Amino acid sequence: MDRHNAGWRSLMNSPLSGAGLALLLIMAFNLFFTPGFFDIRIQDNQLRGSLIDILVRGAPLMLMALGMTLVIATGGVDLSVGPVAAITGAVAAALIGGQLNVTQMPLSLVLLIALLIAILCGIWNGVLVAYIGIQPIVATLILMVAGRGIAQLITQGQILTIYYPPYHFLGAGYWFLPFSMYLVIAIFILISLFVRRTALGLFIEAIGVSASASYYSGINEKNIKLLVYGLCGLCAGIAGILISANIRSADANNAGLWYELDAILAVVIGGTALSGGRFSLVGSLLGALIIQSLTTTIYRFGVPPEVTLVVKAGVVFTVSLLQAPGFRKLKLGRSVAPKGVAQ
Amino acid sequence: MSERDVLLRMKSISKTFPGVKALSNVDFTLERGEVHALMGENGAGKSTLIKVLTGVERPEAGVIELEGRPIFPKDPHHAQSLGISAVYQEINLCLNLSVAENIFIGREPLKFGRIDWKTIHQRAQQLLERLDIRLDVQQSLGSFSVAIQQMVAIARALDISAKVLILDEPTSCLDANEVERLFQVMRRLKSEGLGIIFISHFLDQVYAIADRITVLRNSEQVGCYSAATLPRLELVSKMLGKELEDLEGLARVKQAGTSRVSKSTLLEVKNLGRIGKLQPFDLEVNAGEVVGLAGLLGSGRTETAQLLFGVEQPDSGSIKLDGKEIQPLSPAKALKKKIGLCPENRRSDGVVPELTVRENILLALQAGRGWFRRLNRKQQMEITNGYIRALNISTPDGEQLVKNLSGGNQQKVILARWLATDPRLLILDEPTKGIDIGAKTEIQKLILALARDGKAIVFISSEIDEVIRCSQRVMVLRDRQKVTELRGDQINKTWIMQSIAERVSDGPA
Repeated sequence: MDRHNAGWRSLMNSPLSGAGLALLLIMAFNLFFTPGFFDIRIQDNQLRGSLIDILVRGAPLMLMALGMTLVIATGGVDLSVGPVAAITGAVAAALIGGQLNVTQMPLSLVLLIALLIAILCGIWNGVLVAYIGIQPIVATLILMVAGRGIAQLITQGQILTIYYPPYHFLGAGYWFLPFSMYLVIAIFILISLFVRRTALGLFIEAIGVSASASYYSGINEKNIKLLVYGLCGLCAGIAGILISANIRSADANNAGLWYELDAILAVVIGGTALSGGRFSLVGSLLGALIIQSLTTTIYRFGVPPEVTLVVKAGVVFTVSLLQAPGFRKLKLGRSVAPKGVAQ
Repeated sequence: MSERDVLLRMKSISKTFPGVKALSNVDFTLERGEVHALMGENGAGKSTLIKVLTGVERPEAGVIELEGRPIFPKDPHHAQSLGISAVYQEINLCLNLSVAENIFIGREPLKFGRIDWKTIHQRAQQLLERLDIRLDVQQSLGSFSVAIQQMVAIARALDISAKVLILDEPTSCLDANEVERLFQVMRRLKSEGLGIIFISHFLDQVYAIADRITVLRNSEQVGCYSAATLPRLELVSKMLGKELEDLEGLARVKQAGTSRVSKSTLLEVKNLGRIGKLQPFDLEVNAGEVVGLAGLLGSGRTETAQLLFGVEQPDSGSIKLDGKEIQPLSPAKALKKKIGLCPENRRSDGVVPELTVRENILLALQAGRGWFRRLNRKQQMEITNGYIRALNISTPDGEQLVKNLSGGNQQKVILARWLATDPRLLILDEPTKGIDIGAKTEIQKLILALARDGKAIVFISSEIDEVIRCSQRVMVLRDRQKVTELRGDQINKTWIMQSIAERVSDGPA
């Protein structure tokens, strides 16, 4: 009984508990109120259904949230991920060209150039933050504002339609499961290995908690920040490719619009504090899934769009509340008090 | 103890942190108009007792009574409203705000719904004059010395109508004159009927000001004594729970070390300086030698350390290691050159509080290896456990967060961080500041042992005794300038004091 209780307590104390609970609640809601939500069928050897839909639509956000997690863990933030996604999509579309079924340039080269530009955007942010010393929120605001303009310059103010099917496959293709799912999983594993199998994760957390102590310990914090912002740019770029491939066009104005806010939200819901320090990549994935499940649920449920944002805000508020230290103390404090009586 | 004048009574206070018993059944009483010293080693429970009293932590058991009525401080603000104010060892003020703003922050007097700056400035001036300090209260606090900042913190605490004033290591940054001034203020407050809880590691100061002494050891209360009837040696042995043979042993070790100093010069500094920070100076440090840096606060000791470690860039001079120029220097490069620094400000530049003991110890070693060559889990555990044992760091295990450790143990963690990098030159800036005698002795012994192993040590300390005990050579600084270098028989209290003070007498005092 006692051990059971301790296990439960440590579960409740884990930063992931709030996010996991919220996701369970959303799913439970759907189980009762949204008919057919959990239906999964195999159609043309492809898995289809609302759950799969959440994964496909949520993929760009999950990727952005992964990059954002590392940036936030260093005590920074990247407001430019949405526009960077738009720039990347625009570059890819422009390089492929508007002809039917052919591309001007081999697809691998297109992706390489587009993603290099995304990394460059991230490095620009990193230089402003780490080497020039501008506050992250201001430094990345520059590219957030300018980014959409740059994307429009590339698309020359048009929505560039992409007629090259292999590119579509990246966003909407299937190998039994949606291709974007494999991509998210692969990148999640790569980043996890990258930060946890090296000392990068330790340095990121140390910088996030105390930049000064890290500096005195001989950590080259500027280069680490540069790396992290570059990585965040890369994630945003891959997300941008997925978005443009999914809608088969590059829309400079709307691709990835407000994604930066959802990405930050996903990270925070996932238990990584905005002040920096300890981070959880799994948590951020969960956070992104919560946001996407919520959106999909609301659409499926037929809630009028104007209410959507309110419902979203309500759920986010609840999750944040569950994680807030003040609220936790209150909640746990009460569960401790009647111990002698209850057992 | 008679009941007549009891101001504050804490009864059977107990508090446990994850894996650590911090207080066990501790009693404490404070009378009106007394200075009551709270003594004990690091981790003995002093800080926790104060935190319980100021509402930062809640005790699991026990009662607190103020003027006979039970109180339950919820947080520091609540404690203040009850009349309990604290001034901490490391000052919690906003350096970017003005002196007056710092005194009145959070309780600004209003006039027509707007902040009444005129009153704020006037009253701030008056409050400081009460402490014999005259300065421009509209200047930012950061532009004043730590001593002044301390006084401002006290002025703030006093103005919040304190009945109980807690001074936690208030003198660790003050020079002798400033300490005397603080004591005058304390005596005046005492005569006004305030109860003052005084925490300090300086025995002289405790005996100079305290009426009674309560000793804590291993989270328990050893006893409460009148200062007049408790001999020093007995106090020390009560704090440590053992006799102090260790200290005498040190002198012999050092004697043995002196004869063994090799003549190979490791570090050669020529004409190194930075305008406004430190006048150009020369210094040589040999392998296996401890060079002490003595001088008053603000004399340029920390600046010397920062120039040698590359935290600050010099605008003149050269630093040679093994005869090779190593400038421009940065902490990262210094680390590669096998130079280490334990910084003076442990809290902001030393520990990474949210990380574990293991992570904190490995930080510099890992930074030297680069992020790609991570130490595997087994190596990490071996190194961590090795240093926890070797330095006697009291923590349940390496996975404890460093912020849960006491000050002295945090200091040992930072020492371990640098020892793990196997440095050739180790610069220690006030490594014993704010820690108890037992840990101090341990660190001094460690310094001598490291020198015996052939490492070069630059040792900075405000405590002259400590510098004398450990150093084979002493560089004395005054007013951001190297004034002399003492060696051999010259290393004694009189010589050092004279070198420090030489020109003070004909200066503006």
